[in-house]
Amino acid sequence: MDLNKLSISTAPHIHRNTYVRKSMAIVVIALLPAFAVAVWQFGVSAVIVTAVSVCSCVLFEWLGCKYLLKKPCTLGDGSAIVTGLLLAFNLPSSMPLYQIVTGAAVAIGLGKLVFGGIGNNPFNPALVGRVFMLVSFPTRMTSWPAVGQMLAYTDATTCATPLYYVKGMVQGYGVNMSDLPTFWDMFWGRMPGCIGEISAIALIAGLVILLVTRTITWHIPVSILATVAVIATALHFASPDLFIAPQYHLMCGGLLLGSCFMATDYTTSPMTHKGMVIYGICIGFITMVIRLFGSYPEGMSFAILIMNAFVPLINRGCRSRHFSKI
Amino acid sequence: MSVIWISLIILAGVGLVTSVVLFVVSKFFVVEQDPRIGQIEKLLPGANCGGCGFPGCSAFAAAAVEKGSLQGMACNACSSEKLSAIAAVLGKEAVPVEPKVAVLRCNGTCSNRPAVAVYQGVRRCSVANIAGAGESMCSYGCFGFGDCAAACKFGAVTICPETGIATIDPCKCTGCGACATACPRGIISLMPKTKPDKRYWVACSNKEKGAIAKRSCAVACIGCGKCEKVCSFGAISVTDNLALIDPAKCFQCGKCLDECPTKAIQRYDIQNV
Amino acid sequence: MIFKTFRKGGIEVPDNKMTKDRQIEPVQIPDIAVFPLSQHIGAPAVPCVQPGDKVLVGTLIAKGESFMSANIHSSICGTVKKIDKAPCLNGAYAPAIYIERDKEREEEWEPAIDRSETLADECSLSPQEIIGKIKDAGIVGLGGACFPTHVKMMPPKGAELDSLIVNGVECEPYLTADHSLMLAHSAEIIAGIRIMMKALGVSKSYIGIEANKPDAIALFRKELKSCKNIKVVPLKKKYPQGGEKQLIDAVLHRRVPNPPAIPANVGVVVENVATVYAIYQAVQKNRPLIDRVVTVTGNSVARPSNFISRLGISVNLLIENAGGIPEDTGKILHGGPMMGKPMRNLEIPMTKGTSGIVLLPETVSTRQPEQNCIRCAMCVEACPMGLEPYLLAQAAADSDWETAEKEGIMTCIECGCCQSTCPSFRPLLDWVRYSKNKVGGIIRQRNIKK
Repeated sequence: MDLNKLSISTAPHIHRNTYVRKSMAIVVIALLPAFAVAVWQFGVSAVIVTAVSVCSCVLFEWLGCKYLLKKPCTLGDGSAIVTGLLLAFNLPSSMPLYQIVTGAAVAIGLGKLVFGGIGNNPFNPALVGRVFMLVSFPTRMTSWPAVGQMLAYTDATTCATPLYYVKGMVQGYGVNMSDLPTFWDMFWGRMPGCIGEISAIALIAGLVILLVTRTITWHIPVSILATVAVIATALHFASPDLFIAPQYHLMCGGLLLGSCFMATDYTTSPMTHKGMVIYGICIGFITMVIRLFGSYPEGMSFAILIMNAFVPLINRGCRSRHFSKI
Repeated sequence: MSVIWISLIILAGVGLVTSVVLFVVSKFFVVEQDPRIGQIEKLLPGANCGGCGFPGCSAFAAAAVEKGSLQGMACNACSSEKLSAIAAVLGKEAVPVEPKVAVLRCNGTCSNRPAVAVYQGVRRCSVANIAGAGESMCSYGCFGFGDCAAACKFGAVTICPETGIATIDPCKCTGCGACATACPRGIISLMPKTKPDKRYWVACSNKEKGAIAKRSCAVACIGCGKCEKVCSFGAISVTDNLALIDPAKCFQCGKCLDECPTKAIQRYDIQNV
Repeated sequence: MIFKTFRKGGIEVPDNKMTKDRQIEPVQIPDIAVFPLSQHIGAPAVPCVQPGDKVLVGTLIAKGESFMSANIHSSICGTVKKIDKAPCLNGAYAPAIYIERDKEREEEWEPAIDRSETLADECSLSPQEIIGKIKDAGIVGLGGACFPTHVKMMPPKGAELDSLIVNGVECEPYLTADHSLMLAHSAEIIAGIRIMMKALGVSKSYIGIEANKPDAIALFRKELKSCKNIKVVPLKKKYPQGGEKQLIDAVLHRRVPNPPAIPANVGVVVENVATVYAIYQAVQKNRPLIDRVVTVTGNSVARPSNFISRLGISVNLLIENAGGIPEDTGKILHGGPMMGKPMRNLEIPMTKGTSGIVLLPETVSTRQPEQNCIRCAMCVEACPMGLEPYLLAQAAADSDWETAEKEGIMTCIECGCCQSTCPSFRPLLDWVRYSKNKVGGIIRQRNIKK
């Protein structure tokens, strides 16, 4: 034993073996149930969109690290894979390839790398990519293929999502409520929508994985869902003809996907539990406002992005409480 | 046609009004500043090194003007011509200031001072200093993480990749002393840079007894006192097992250099650099 | 069983207590014992022997003359060789007394020391006399902080004490010195608690033991079945439960305000079990602090053990007794892996504060390269003091001492939770410790100016 090879440093000398790659791997695992449902419902197109999105995100991350940041490549932490997956999960399964690649470039480039890579981005990169696509390719982004077309891709027949009925009821353009998917269809994922958002049970399974492994705390998802539930219940009881029942609100659109996987993104969410709850409540509120009264069908991504911008302010206002003041 | 006229008139009107506002503001809200402050600031090196004890060069200039002289204030980074020019601005004779140069009182290079451990913390001297002695057995010497190099505004201090310790280029060094302040172990000193351009100093700061010092570093000062005895001018004194050469009494004879058994005494020659 | 714990932060670290079933074994008496004059918080002790003097086991060799200091006694019988510098933990050298053992003679102890093993339960001394004996015996906090115990037992005016908490938590991974001591000497520890309660004039005391030591909890419960005023408090396993403030919070739900407040301000004195045992020895058996239990362990150490060893023995000898240094060792720690200090020179003598020697394999001890902060807030959640370590570290890196002070850097207890939980492997505590040092200096200067 060569004693001169002994290392010295200050305490602590052991690490708890939490590392970024591990958290990202858990997030990927937690997303797998939703992906499985997507493949079951949309068939080959879900695989194509997801694969293209993940591959192009990884490629842009590699290029960006090498030529833009000129820093050691951060592909190893797996955050590009998560961004790619989340971006794909937020797209209809009929998106053409070039649009996905453009979205991935914006997500990684504008969403993350221009700020200096992982940890420095103020906005959730996947949502930056999605919103960019929503305003650039509005037709494609708002036409959702009906489920069960296993071999169709860009040529799939589209139909209205539950959110169309939600808004239709409020804004009074004649919708036939009997076309709304049933509660159990929504629960298992038999409804049109973006790739990753259709199945409530799969997303809840993912949330359970994240909570059990302590990758995230309950504060953000629960506060978002609770806010949406409270607002939806209150409105539904006030006027059942105008407002849909709260259980449909909770399960349709990107609410579950957003509250479990997008709003809980480490970098763009507040640091303290109190801050997380405030952040969650605001996201829930903004989502409901956009859903019911805005011109876009879904408000989750905008709500998260808006609140991302307020995170530094929330961090400043909601400090960790000192031991002497518990 | 009238459109053109109207827009021209409006444009001219806006211009007139703003110019009047600007004139009024510049007349009534003007802050009187002594023009000499600007003049002195121009003469100063502008490195904001902080060696003078003021936050920057403009603060130094303002303080000098307020005081009306350079008495008790010195910019080590200025040449004597510059200093006399500054004194002239203030209408005073220049106080002669001896130009200085920083020297590292350590020669614990990789080969002289073997590493006995691998440091794994934040690679900054000031942080490593909290963790205890660096990678060698010597708890007085240079860490080589470059706090001094980061502090130097003139590019005179570098960490030599071969030796692993700081190297100070006497030609670039202005003697501002920023590195000496930055060093957590205080092993950089300023010495006068007068002619003849060679200087002797003890390149070691180890205050342990000879045996311990020697075990940690081949070129450590072991406090044997040979240099003290050989010096004809009484310039060398040994305290706490460490020799110190008083530059005021040293006449650069170089006897100590030959006498030192561990080669802990060094000299630099500006001509040769 | 209900397990209590502290309310804020804390992390779960893998236990790795390989020596938890090992009984305490004696090691050989060293031929040369080295006693650094400063092995406690406060002023160094002043030597009261000359080179050449003959000393017995337990002879006073250095006196703690100022208020905040502690006596030092010889742990072997022999001759004072020299008073010279000895290597210490931070790599520097500090004055120490070297004593050489007299190998020809049979070991001779100071006559006042009672070496019998019989339990002496009754104590008829007054509180002043007890504290005087503790002071004479040179007892310091043996948990690692080495705070002179007699100072702790004289609370400041105005503080009304009501409880004593005995710290049997040992939340540091790997270490089992206190655990093995509790199993071996429960009766003596309980007697020591009674003595301390008398000296402090408190009516209640609690022994906090973490859930990973069910045997110790059961043993103390059995011993204290008929006892009303000493309670065993089982605690949930969570680091840093052994921190003074955390333990008081866990056991009594009281919070100690920020410094300069001390536990006595909320009516509590906390002492480590090893200290309590030493107090028993000092008061009932007149035996000064000359030996202690030390765990020598590590993932690939051949014979990880709990040793009872004389103070002044070199760390090297202790490691040899445990089977030598394994090939894969990356770090040798003095103390536990969360708060211990690494050693580079194994000639360092064992001192009063040496609770363990941990030989960490390279794979465990090597720090991973630092990555960007991803603002995951794990450090905020882990901090038992409710600080925001990521902010403090950033302020330190930017030399922004004002922010650091405002963010409460001086209340950091340096437990290491933040750094060992950071998924980006950032050296948070390195920065915080550096910043604490700087800010502390600034505050001291400001106070001098006032």
